[in-house]
Amino acid sequence: MSIIRANQLDAWEKRVDTGVHFMLGNYALVEGAISAGCNFFAGYPITPANEISERMSQRLPQVGGKFVQGEDELCSIFALAGASLAGAKVMTATASAGYNYMQEGLGYCYTIEAPVVVADVMRTRGDNFASYADVYQLRYGCSGDYEAIVVCPSSVQELYDYTIWAFNLAEKYRNPVIVMSEATISLMRERLEIPSADKIEIFNRKYTTAKPSEYLPFGAPENGCPDFAPLGKGYNTIYSLNPHNEKGGIDWDPDDFERLYKRVCGKIRENADEICRTEQYMMDDADYVIVTYGSEVRPSIDAAKLAREEGIKVGVVKLCNIWPVPETAIREVAGNVGKIFAVEMNIGRYCNEIARVAAGKCPVVPVTKNRGQIHTSAELLRVIREETK
Amino acid sequence: MAEELKINPLRKYLREDKLPHFFCAGCGCGQVLNYYLQALDELKMDPEQMLHMGGVGCTARIPIYIKTDMFHGVHGRTLAWATGVKMVRPDLPVVIFAGDGDLSSIGGNHWIHACRRNLDVTVVMVNNMNFAMTGGQVAPTTPEESKTMTTPYGSSEPRFDVCSLAVAAGATHVERWTTAHPVQCKKAMERALQHKGFSLIEIVSQCPTHYGRYALKTGDPVKTMEYIQSVTYLKEQGEKMTVQEKEGKLALGQFVCEDKPIYIGSNMEL
Repeated sequence: MSIIRANQLDAWEKRVDTGVHFMLGNYALVEGAISAGCNFFAGYPITPANEISERMSQRLPQVGGKFVQGEDELCSIFALAGASLAGAKVMTATASAGYNYMQEGLGYCYTIEAPVVVADVMRTRGDNFASYADVYQLRYGCSGDYEAIVVCPSSVQELYDYTIWAFNLAEKYRNPVIVMSEATISLMRERLEIPSADKIEIFNRKYTTAKPSEYLPFGAPENGCPDFAPLGKGYNTIYSLNPHNEKGGIDWDPDDFERLYKRVCGKIRENADEICRTEQYMMDDADYVIVTYGSEVRPSIDAAKLAREEGIKVGVVKLCNIWPVPETAIREVAGNVGKIFAVEMNIGRYCNEIARVAAGKCPVVPVTKNRGQIHTSAELLRVIREETK
Repeated sequence: MAEELKINPLRKYLREDKLPHFFCAGCGCGQVLNYYLQALDELKMDPEQMLHMGGVGCTARIPIYIKTDMFHGVHGRTLAWATGVKMVRPDLPVVIFAGDGDLSSIGGNHWIHACRRNLDVTVVMVNNMNFAMTGGQVAPTTPEESKTMTTPYGSSEPRFDVCSLAVAAGATHVERWTTAHPVQCKKAMERALQHKGFSLIEIVSQCPTHYGRYALKTGDPVKTMEYIQSVTYLKEQGEKMTVQEKEGKLALGQFVCEDKPIYIGSNMEL
């Protein structure tokens, strides 16, 4: 079995700081990574993600891991690829502008199916205020075909929990996973409860049991991912960005190319229902629903409560991940309510995905704020009142 | 009478299914592969117990033909990969094959920082003085005034002396030879494979297809090699040469070989 518990990890006593804490969001994310078994981190300074590197540089040596401050983001992401293929659980953290630089390395990781976790503490262009302007960059930033997995914590507790989830997804699907955050929750301190290590489920990548002569480095079931082989043990694997068949290599063949990307994308697309998570609040009798993600979830829940005090039955659907799009959950909700409010902190982006999935079943009203701060519940209530007259 | 077919003893290291190789007739990359396999064989190092890397370019394809684990296909990022690998598997020997463009142009930042850290890897840089795979464009190593596909009136930029730069950046083992020095190349690679720390072996090589045809007006590999011989001199000979005599020429030999602490990443014992 590749599922274990955190108390089976090396140095787990130092990894899992069980108990109740009052902790900074960026620190909670680090603790989540360490609890998940992260043993390599490379990063380059950028605000508002710096506390992640700083705490990693302190924590990783305590648990036998390695921290590297790269000369740039490219070094960081490619060092992650190298360390991941060498067997480590790896992470980097950056913010929007730094995430740009990492596209090349992420593209490599998607192609050769290296599990890596990237925290993007998103910020406004050219300054450090809160924003979710890059939700499409997280999905479409790299060249070539791939499918992204992006999880969206909405609190300090979820920065811890979802980072563990991100590592498990990365290991299970051999795919990069992005933890999407922003300054509001990353630079906030609040209650964090770290469970005991035996309660934390950890997924570790699968290694082949085949002999080197029989091993197919990119052979996998339909919509599945291949088993790893250790480096330097005679498995002679070519991990190339170039198109390759099941044996690996760099030789062009249109059939191999088509088959490779059908699987690399299919392993995420066709397992979307297994990957996606949503949570529902006040949905039993809701006439209207707010569909939102990340730090906008909390003012949305408050606004729904305030609306209910005025007799407007509003519910909230929280998207725990935005990529792959939780289509099944959004479609179901769209068939049951009169209107969807798509609340987000940008000029209006993910509302397009929600509208696509709702597909005319109900109107989708974008509720956007692009001012470097999250919505207040009062602002959202005003829109709800206006739109439900 | 049928003559017995002799098999090259180094052939056991090659991925037979990748042959024939893709290098042009007269290219120096095949020679470099030959010298490297001789060095491995001499040291009894098994490439299957090692990791090789190539970024993008003609040189980056050299290890494709070796039976080994290999990372390939991203331009200039080999030393970044190696930085991650060495933190996790310090026991695993890592050898990188990089062209002059791969290492000193797009990969320049990673390269100088890997030198500074004294990352424990071997880099074999084949300097064919241009971007060859893409069709013969100017590189940071192209001699001044050379005509290439992107310098049709001659290059107005001075070139890098890659070895001097590596020494200045902190590399602990640096040598330069040419493809016309088979014994020296093999010996230099043996020293590099045994060196603990950052080794750079630069091999000035002929690209008859592009640099030869565009800059030297010859597609003849021998004439291209003769040109390389005319613009290089042994470091020891250089001591008796004037500054004017050395201008536009590259020194050959060993520039540094010293023991210094290697990079091990974060460490609580400092």
